[in-house]
Amino acid sequence: MKKIIKYVIIDILRNKIVLAYTVFLLLISVTIFNLEDNSAKGLLSLLNIILIIVPLVSMLFSAIYVYNSSEFLELLVSQPLKRKTIWLSLFMGLAASMAFAFFIGAGIPILLYEATPTGFMMLGTGLLLSVIFVAIAMLAAVMARDKAKGIGVVILLWLYFSIIFDGLILFVLFQFADYPLEKIMVGAVAFNPIDLSRILILLKMDVSALMGYTGAIFKDFFGAQTGLIISFCVLITWIVIPAWLSLRKFNHKDL
Amino acid sequence: MKKIIYIAVLVLVVHTLSAKTIRIGKQQQVKTIQQGLLLAADGDTVLVDPGHYHEKNLLINKSIFFIGINHPVLDGDHTYEIISIKANRVLVDGFKVVHSGISSIEDYAGIKMYSCRDVVIRNNILEDTFFGIYTQYGTNCTIEKNTLVSFSKEEQQSGNGIHCWKADSMRIIANNITGHRDGIYFEFVTNSIIWRNISEKNMRYGLHFMFSNNDAYISNVFKNNGAGVAVMFSNHVKMIHNYFEENWGDGAYGLLLKEISDSYIETNHFVKNTAGIFMEGASRIQVEKNVFEANGWAMKIQASCMDVTVVHNNFKGNTFDVGTNGSLVLNSFNNNYWDKYEGYDLNRDKLGDIPYRPVSLYAMIIEQNPPAMILFRSLMTSLLDKTEKILPSLTPENLKDEHPLMKPLPL
Repeated sequence: MKKIIKYVIIDILRNKIVLAYTVFLLLISVTIFNLEDNSAKGLLSLLNIILIIVPLVSMLFSAIYVYNSSEFLELLVSQPLKRKTIWLSLFMGLAASMAFAFFIGAGIPILLYEATPTGFMMLGTGLLLSVIFVAIAMLAAVMARDKAKGIGVVILLWLYFSIIFDGLILFVLFQFADYPLEKIMVGAVAFNPIDLSRILILLKMDVSALMGYTGAIFKDFFGAQTGLIISFCVLITWIVIPAWLSLRKFNHKDL
Repeated sequence: MKKIIYIAVLVLVVHTLSAKTIRIGKQQQVKTIQQGLLLAADGDTVLVDPGHYHEKNLLINKSIFFIGINHPVLDGDHTYEIISIKANRVLVDGFKVVHSGISSIEDYAGIKMYSCRDVVIRNNILEDTFFGIYTQYGTNCTIEKNTLVSFSKEEQQSGNGIHCWKADSMRIIANNITGHRDGIYFEFVTNSIIWRNISEKNMRYGLHFMFSNNDAYISNVFKNNGAGVAVMFSNHVKMIHNYFEENWGDGAYGLLLKEISDSYIETNHFVKNTAGIFMEGASRIQVEKNVFEANGWAMKIQASCMDVTVVHNNFKGNTFDVGTNGSLVLNSFNNNYWDKYEGYDLNRDKLGDIPYRPVSLYAMIIEQNPPAMILFRSLMTSLLDKTEKILPSLTPENLKDEHPLMKPLPL
């Protein structure tokens, strides 16, 4: 297993896209922190990067990588290796390289310029989001045989998680404006890792605004120790379930 | 003329000399304060040695100087009002007043003044009192450099720190107030000044103003109070150089203005409040040279406000700059610095060339539908805000700063 992970990581490094992604993140984060005179604005821009670019790059790259290494996977399957080992190694290799890229690109500037609770929360959720979207992309890639279709699905999924889901929530909120929806909203957020991460970060960043009536409910839930633990468990579930589903699918897949 | 002055001085000196000093303490002739107060006449000084005195209610009905040496403790045993003043020109200086009674019928206080004038209360420490320093029908009194600490848990079971009811020309200076219901409470108080006080961690308001006209409060700190500061049903109030900080919660405002008119809000700092200033039914208010920093909403101006002028303020790092509840705008914004301004300055006159709209679409959405807070700072809402900026439809058309500043003012 270790050998395969090592091979995957070396292969990813050799193809230089992840390297470019790292440099891009690093460049943006350093510029943001240096340009903005107040660090709150810098963090805000960084928040958008974490919530938009990280999922997009993680997903697209992973999906394309899985499709491009289909021949390599076939070769491995013909060897006396368990399919589980092969698939999990691929997942770990991808997850490790994406998370590492994020850590170098955004994590180090955060640690250097903004080693505050907000910064640490950003770092943590950013790492988790990288891994979550690798898992989701691999699920999409294993479900669709056709490469174009698979990548299309990945892009749609990204759109769904970053915009459409929020649009739906806004729609529901206005349709059912007469009902008390605060608690339901807390539950609804669990269905979108991007939203969940965003709220976790904002609770550290915009405390003042979030202390209004509705915000106070979110704060009571997500800000409390148990809420925080539950939120992180939900995020980890977002890694485990897609990874497990894709593994099940891959085990029975006719390559 | 000179002769008259000499005579006047002489008369004064003789008058002063005629006053005596009564010393109270375990080692002195007079053992109890009650006894000392009985012996004293107008103009006398009553000096109290350090110690712990349980003397029920002390009634001061003569114009005396009542002075404690090294803060002698006057204990109300959770039953009595401790000092009651019913004379003019009284000085109470340097006592530690503890454990007053608590009652829901009477307003027991640590030190209470009944219809007096020219009373000075200074350098006292009040601990665990129901009301701290209380005046009714006071005129020209000074309450200075006192420290008031209470440990109230419920609003019903607690009184106000400095409570003035129907007073005129009061001076409330450099007091420290914590843990009361309202830090400073003014009702029907006119021509008074509140200066350099620190009011923090009170249950309800740091400062509570009702029906009090022509007052000023200057250089005070109001921090972490249950609901911030409220100024209601008053006019001609001047609020200058105060700090309103960390008032968090729904219904907590740095400064709540309700039905007030003809007032000035200048050079104040509003930092980390859920809402910096909340205005309802306010008219003819000048908001100038203030700093709004890291608030949830820097200002919430309801549509019921009129002729509020907001000029030369700094808005930095607020989640929302301005919130409102309707499309009617009778107020003006001009020459403020907004850190969210994205315009340009081609002619280099340090003023932005395109107007800034401080109300965002999302702020309006939240006003109508509070649970939408869950979408705060999501891509969706920033897209909505961007389109709204180009084509305003929901946000009030007239609420804009025509000439925003490009650089923050040095405040």
